[in-house]
Amino acid sequence: MTPVVELSKVRKVYPGPGASGGHVALEDVTFEVARGEFVCVVGPSGAGKSTLLRCLTGLAAPTSGEARFGGEALRSVPAAVGVVFQDYGRSLYPWLTVSRNIELPLKVRGVPRAERSGRTADVLASVGLADAGRKYPWQLSGGMQQRVAIARALVYRPDLLVMDEPFASVDAQTRFGLEDLVLRVRAEFGVTVVFVTHDIDEAVYLADRVVVLSRPPGTVSEVVDISLPGPRDQIATKRMEEFARHREHLLGLVMTR
Amino acid sequence: MPRSLSLTGRILTRLWLPVVLAAAWWVSSAGSTSLYFPPLSKILAAVWTQWAAGPARAQLASSLEHLVTGYALACLLGVGFGALLWSLRHVRDATSPYVYFLYVLPAPVLVPAAMTLFGLGFSMKVVLIAFAAMWPVLLNTLDGMRGVDPVALDTARALGVPPARRVLSVVLRAASPQIAAGLRNSLQVAIILMVVSEWVASTDGIGYYIVNSQESFDYTGMWSGIIVLAIIGTVANLAFVAAENRILHWHYGARAVEGAR
Ligand SMILES: Nc1ncnc2c1ncn2[C@@H]1O[C@H](COP(=O)(O)OP(=O)(O)OP(=O)(O)O)[C@@H](O)[C@H]1O
Ligand SMILES: [Mg+2]
Repeated sequence: MTPVVELSKVRKVYPGPGASGGHVALEDVTFEVARGEFVCVVGPSGAGKSTLLRCLTGLAAPTSGEARFGGEALRSVPAAVGVVFQDYGRSLYPWLTVSRNIELPLKVRGVPRAERSGRTADVLASVGLADAGRKYPWQLSGGMQQRVAIARALVYRPDLLVMDEPFASVDAQTRFGLEDLVLRVRAEFGVTVVFVTHDIDEAVYLADRVVVLSRPPGTVSEVVDISLPGPRDQIATKRMEEFARHREHLLGLVMTR
Repeated sequence: MPRSLSLTGRILTRLWLPVVLAAAWWVSSAGSTSLYFPPLSKILAAVWTQWAAGPARAQLASSLEHLVTGYALACLLGVGFGALLWSLRHVRDATSPYVYFLYVLPAPVLVPAAMTLFGLGFSMKVVLIAFAAMWPVLLNTLDGMRGVDPVALDTARALGVPPARRVLSVVLRAASPQIAAGLRNSLQVAIILMVVSEWVASTDGIGYYIVNSQESFDYTGMWSGIIVLAIIGTVANLAFVAAENRILHWHYGARAVEGAR
């Protein structure tokens, strides 16, 4: 299969003092994501996960190496990429209602008004927020805001959905619900997903493959294929012996490096 | 402001002090025979006969014309140049010392220069008001835009919002609470400059009327002009607050929620 995105020998240095001309956030990162795949990226805090996503989406240019989307070098964020940021609260616009936040990407793509509102209502319903369209983001709970951010990234039907620790600050129960929501929309929209998380259980539960980043400066220390059957289930899947084995293996990788 | 207070309650809390002061003025000046401090009743009568129904209406109209034109220009120029400086980082770095230099210059000292350049007419006053009132808007716009959350900008890029639109509908919008603060400052500056320019060099306007009354010993007229100015300032400010509450309701709403969390 042709890869949707690929990083080859990506190195990212933030300017500043230091021997290597600044702070090295990523060092020689190479991996690719195939169409339809669900890839999780795990690694300790400061490993450069957010930086990696910025390079992967075209929000930031690598210092050296190359990031390609659909075979072409990335210069800006392609129209077919959806991003859910780590700070979802800051990424929803407080001056727009939930509906208008979600409509914004459709508007800039020139989608006519009637179709915009139809698609907005559909996507809101599919994240379970059918009634929240007229509210403002700051009137919603954290978990609801996160679902709005996901809806906004899905409404223009991207080929690739990139999510940066989307569930880090919601409670466990909400989190399980949101994980299943992501799996469901992935099946529904046939979207390729790159998903960053701190949480090993979450990575094993969601992913087809897990990319493990080392301690900073981040580099790929291992790529693990997750051989769990789908569709996944919060209770049944997590009880499997396979699950425990992957979990243990990944924990070992993250703890020792 | 406690939410539990009823509307009448809120109006009363706001109004009791001005009402008490006005009453005190009314009572203490009631029998005044002093030429300089005529009774308030006489002043208010003059406000009515001169300004509302009488010959001074023309002065009021021309003052408002100067103010509205000058202030509108100041707002446009301030937001426009502020946004321009924000987008051109190199120009901004090169110009920022001069911007502050012009900002701290007390605008009334520019009156003679403006007179030399533009004569005594309408354009002199409008240019003066626009120039002086532009700075608070400009600096607040620039500051507000600088303070925009990088996540908001990244989001716009990720959603595919084109660059010009990013500036207009994300950066300026996010900076709008601070821009509003600048606009309000500018309004005060504009009113001051309106009066000063009419004082020094004019044959019309409220400022001219006040000085002219004082020079011809018509102190009742002088006081009535001052009252009219106060009314203009108050009305403008109320209109401003009402507009702000409407347009920035999201800002106050979000802030209230943040405060409660
Ligand atoms: N804009 C920037 N300028 C300078 N240094 C930066 C910048 N962004 C990130 N860094 C540094 O690069 C390193 C990697 O940051 P990054 O945010 O990618 O880590 P992360 O793995 O996402 O961390 P976390 O799990 O806490 O989100 C950190 O040391 C961080 O301080
Ligand atoms: Mg991060």
